[in-house]
Amino acid sequence: MGKQGRGWTVGLAGLLSPVTLWLGLFFLVPLLLILAYSFGKSGIYGGITLGFYPGNYLKVFDPLYLEIIVRTFVIALLNTFLCLLVGYPLAYFITFKGGRHKHTLILLVMIPFWTSLLLRAYAWVVILGGDNGIANRLLQFLHLTDHPLTLIFTPQAVIMGMVYSYLPFMILPLYAALEKFDWRLKEAAQDLGASRWHTFWRVTFPLSLPGVIAGSILVFIPSAGEFVIPNLLGGARTVMVGNLIQQQFLQARDWAFGSALAVMLAVLLVGAIMFYVRRVGADKLEEV
Amino acid sequence: MAFRRRISRGDFLRTMGAGVVAGSTLSVLACQPNTTAQNSGGGGSGPEEKELNLYNWSDYVAKSTLPDFQKQTGIKVTQDFFSSNEELLAKLQAGGTGYDVIVPSDYMVSVMIKSDILEQLDMSKIPNFKNVGANYKGLGYDPDNQYSVPYQWGTTGILYNKKRLGTLEPSWDPMWDPDNKGKIGMLNDERETPGAALYKLGYSVNATEKEQLEEAEAELIKQKPLLRGYFDSTQNRPSVINGDLLLGHVFSGDAFLALSSNEDLDYLIPEPAATRWTDNMAIPKGAEHPDNAHKFINYILGAKTGATLSNYTYYNTPNEAALPMIDDALKNLPGYELEPSVFDRLQIIEDVGAATREYSTLFTSVKSS
Amino acid sequence: MGGAKGGPVYRGVQKVPDRVLLVFAGLVYLFLYAPIMVLIIFSFNSTKNTQVWTGFSTQWYGALIRDGSVLNAFKLSLTVGLTATAIATVIGTFTALALSRYEFRGKTFADSAIYAATVMPEIVVGVSLLVFFVAATIPLGIVTIVIAHVAFCISFVTIVVRARLSGMDRSVEEAAQDLGANPVQTFLRVTLPLILPGVMAGALLAFTLSFDDFVITFFVAGVGSSTLPLKIYSMIKFGVSPVINALSTVVMVSTMILILGGGRILARRQGNAS
Repeated sequence: MGKQGRGWTVGLAGLLSPVTLWLGLFFLVPLLLILAYSFGKSGIYGGITLGFYPGNYLKVFDPLYLEIIVRTFVIALLNTFLCLLVGYPLAYFITFKGGRHKHTLILLVMIPFWTSLLLRAYAWVVILGGDNGIANRLLQFLHLTDHPLTLIFTPQAVIMGMVYSYLPFMILPLYAALEKFDWRLKEAAQDLGASRWHTFWRVTFPLSLPGVIAGSILVFIPSAGEFVIPNLLGGARTVMVGNLIQQQFLQARDWAFGSALAVMLAVLLVGAIMFYVRRVGADKLEEV
Repeated sequence: MAFRRRISRGDFLRTMGAGVVAGSTLSVLACQPNTTAQNSGGGGSGPEEKELNLYNWSDYVAKSTLPDFQKQTGIKVTQDFFSSNEELLAKLQAGGTGYDVIVPSDYMVSVMIKSDILEQLDMSKIPNFKNVGANYKGLGYDPDNQYSVPYQWGTTGILYNKKRLGTLEPSWDPMWDPDNKGKIGMLNDERETPGAALYKLGYSVNATEKEQLEEAEAELIKQKPLLRGYFDSTQNRPSVINGDLLLGHVFSGDAFLALSSNEDLDYLIPEPAATRWTDNMAIPKGAEHPDNAHKFINYILGAKTGATLSNYTYYNTPNEAALPMIDDALKNLPGYELEPSVFDRLQIIEDVGAATREYSTLFTSVKSS
Repeated sequence: MGGAKGGPVYRGVQKVPDRVLLVFAGLVYLFLYAPIMVLIIFSFNSTKNTQVWTGFSTQWYGALIRDGSVLNAFKLSLTVGLTATAIATVIGTFTALALSRYEFRGKTFADSAIYAATVMPEIVVGVSLLVFFVAATIPLGIVTIVIAHVAFCISFVTIVVRARLSGMDRSVEEAAQDLGANPVQTFLRVTLPLILPGVMAGALLAFTLSFDDFVITFFVAGVGSSTLPLKIYSMIKFGVSPVINALSTVVMVSTMILILGGGRILARRQGNAS
């Protein structure tokens, strides 16, 4: 197949035309469409007038919306950080201490990853809900509190639900990266007298960076666009950009502003990822 | 992935793959009648298929309503659900979505009329329209019932725990009472909740003056720390029943459902004003089965069907012929049959045109404060 | 769970960090599984309460089976999932072949487009597709859901299959071609069997993504197209109920069987083959 010729071109065209057609028509064109809409003007009863109205983007900088965007990024970053904090030691444990149970242990991480995100959020609705709920009874049993606390419908509940939902997305790439780790490097470092801690920071962690990057991206992106968890666990009191976009499309009938928000979110996320990957090393990502 | 283990030959998997392709093709074919891609005839000549696509609120028909209709007419009804008027509108604006009957609330009917997405009704095919009571027809959103006929109506008020709070005066103040902190649930609705604040201030639910809206916003921001959250009416109901909430902002049907199973609860319609709403049946433009749709609408307005419907949903019926057949247990609930003095203080939410977005911004700003 | 009692192999002197790590791992597994266990346990509760145990019963499973709308939603999700998976797997495999076997201008762009499709937030994809279908006056329904699902599954299949292709020994293919097989024959007889595990893994991933998708489906669903996640969402909106617990249990147990069973079968074939 390597030689370029007529067959080569036909082969390539044959293989690529379905994807070009499908992603072109149903991914790129829709994105371009909301880009166009984001400069349009919404009619009062839906509908949109195309043109060049930067007003939608100016509106994004209204303190009200700016605050929501900033809050979204803070929550998403916090979630990513917490997932890393919890996920890294576990991935490390599975890789290096898992022994013959390694496969079972990683499978146990994968099972929640394959089950419905909605149902996992629902589990927390059940557990955190109510004064006489499971979480409240547990806290009182452990004498951590003497009166029922409001656990659900708080920003903390939202973050908790997100960490629970996205933790497997962090652990799996971390595990994949650590798996490739060459034991001899670690042993060599320790032979040279480096402390365990020192070995970790100087040898193990840098080598696992591709996993850290991939995991962080996999967690950060969906959490920045999240709108289900704030609804179910936040009691609609914690508004994120996802909720705002949904609201513009399905409630306020302002598709132009909704499109501007969506474009903004996409651009900010891509920007954040590029910045992050650049900072930590671009080529490392390819290895995962 | 765990599956990326090496196997030299994949006979088993190949069979499985072929099975998947074949199976899915078959199942898609089997599902064809459900999709709407076929004939775009739309009310042309010739008899319609015996089908009807209904787009409704969740849990809003009695268990027997659709099967009985099918028994009578042979028409099979497929039902989908929406959870807000705005969602309904957004989906309909996709143009000819294949629904034959939709159930928008009052103000949404007028939005839809203005957006030109409703079909005019042929009243000669809806003789049962005569059953509709005078209070429920010719309302502002569709003065001549050219496009819509009422389905159910109800009020929006407060479901509360009488045992814990005692009998409350009809007022919005308990929803702003710091003593009830953390035990109040408002509706996640950008007209009803700002509406509650407007009522409390003595303004109209359809206010558009900037100052009034700003005052309402301030009221809601003041209220927010006292709230457990903003929910659907169907979510507030179980929360009040199980004690997570002492007071829930709910639609009357949810309140009556709760009252009938729990004697500790009560429902009040606050002074000086509260919302009265009407959900209506309408036919969207481009409906493929308009004849069936008229048959269905006429069927719902029948005396017996209307009574069965309301006895199940616990909402009020606009159908006066059905009234005698409404369960007594339901009629005896507080706030089900309204005194004229109460009925007169109810307001109807109207489309406020350009101010719709003011309401939207107002509510976002409250929720994110 | 397993981590706590399974007991990793220790060598040499026990050091404190190891023990801390073990306890920590145990806690993380507890965190991952306790909520699921709570759901499963209370699906067997005898009363409507999902928080206080009152006795054993299977009535909620009965209620689940009698609720025809859940069953319909399940069937629909299955149909959509299988259809989208079949289409996405074929397209994704083609794409992976093109990207790993050909050098061409615009490859970098194609590559980035594939990755962009996986990292684009679902909500952005969802609203853009809604806007697109409305503009193109394509009625929302099963067809639009399948189109959307295929669009986001293609990239995942491509990535998984490509990983398999890059680890593949090309010499067998070359041998086949030297023996006079044409490209199509080579693909069907040699390449496909070799990459099949990758293709199946991609298909499984695609199926799960499609079966589980809520956000994108939420925006592009129309008449007669309430999938299982949409149904679950509206059920949750009606408040906590043991019927949802029962449904969760069914979904989770099927997932576990699918994963564990799939893994077993693949592993056994591996054993037979060697």
